[in-house]
Amino acid sequence: MMRPVEFREDRCKGCALCMTVCPGEIITMSSRFNTSGYKVVEVRDEVVEECTSCAACALICPDYAVSVWRKPAKAKKGETADVHAG
Amino acid sequence: MKNGKAAFTLPGVLADIPTHYCPGCQHGVAQRLVAECLDELALSEKAICIGSIGCSVFIYNYLKVDSVEAPHGRAPAVATGVKRARPEAAVFTYQGDGDLASIGMAETMHCANRGERVTIVFVNNTVYGMTGGQMAPTTMVGQRTTTCPGGRCADNEGEPIKMTEIIASLGGTAYAARVAVDSVKHVRAAKKAVRRAFEAPLNNLGLGFVEILATCPTNWKMTPVQANKRISEELIPYFPLGTYKNLMGEQAAEGTEVEG
Repeated sequence: MMRPVEFREDRCKGCALCMTVCPGEIITMSSRFNTSGYKVVEVRDEVVEECTSCAACALICPDYAVSVWRKPAKAKKGETADVHAG
Repeated sequence: MKNGKAAFTLPGVLADIPTHYCPGCQHGVAQRLVAECLDELALSEKAICIGSIGCSVFIYNYLKVDSVEAPHGRAPAVATGVKRARPEAAVFTYQGDGDLASIGMAETMHCANRGERVTIVFVNNTVYGMTGGQMAPTTMVGQRTTTCPGGRCADNEGEPIKMTEIIASLGGTAYAARVAVDSVKHVRAAKKAVRRAFEAPLNNLGLGFVEILATCPTNWKMTPVQANKRISEELIPYFPLGTYKNLMGEQAAEGTEVEG
């Protein structure tokens, strides 16, 4: 599955600041702990499509735990761009 | 979606390693903004970072630039020496409030007054973080710390020092601003201010100073989210955000507006 946002769970300290700035409020606290003993945040599979790649979570994260990628606008456009690039 | 274009990338000058900061500590954001500005201004090869004492001390682990570690509070004095010995270098200090506003007050003020061509990045979290939460000169009236367990009393300890206003009033300062990193909007504005603080000495105008209001959830005895709210509810009303001095003029300032 393609995910526009991913959290590096080994870096997350569970401060939850990303949860407060997400405009779609799709980031939630998981019940998992990482190896440092911190609870980590997650975006559940059923809401991950709602992510708009605004990167607000990445900007506020003090621990650089968030990676965000832009969604391709349309699959066709992406293919055309690739042809030009090639 | 790793084939897609990244909507957020870490600056190359920032070491991608876990930080020693407590959960929710905004030093991480502050040092990322510094790293982003170093990258954008292509300063990674000619920057010399002056570390201070406090939680900010490990800046030399996180920024891949040459560094000097200064004695407590003396980072602006060391920066003065480094800049005069190596005038081509972009010299900056990264200091906390216990370091800059207390023991380092004299060095900081005289460095600004002489108009040294250096940048001072001042992270103000209103408490001595690393040593266990003692009262700092910037501690808010009524704030409880280990050395004022009943809360800071204005009659005994005075009012919190507003460093940006003091630095802006000195003749050698070219740029002085106070920013916060408690919201996305403020983080974006903070980035611009940090960049201008680096540009001011590079343009040979004088000292660049930027104060970043940050949280210390551990010593404020709050959750990171509560601490972040305290920035906008308690700190910003007393420490107003804004640019207090800018000798670069509108043209130079507008040039930095391009960066989002």
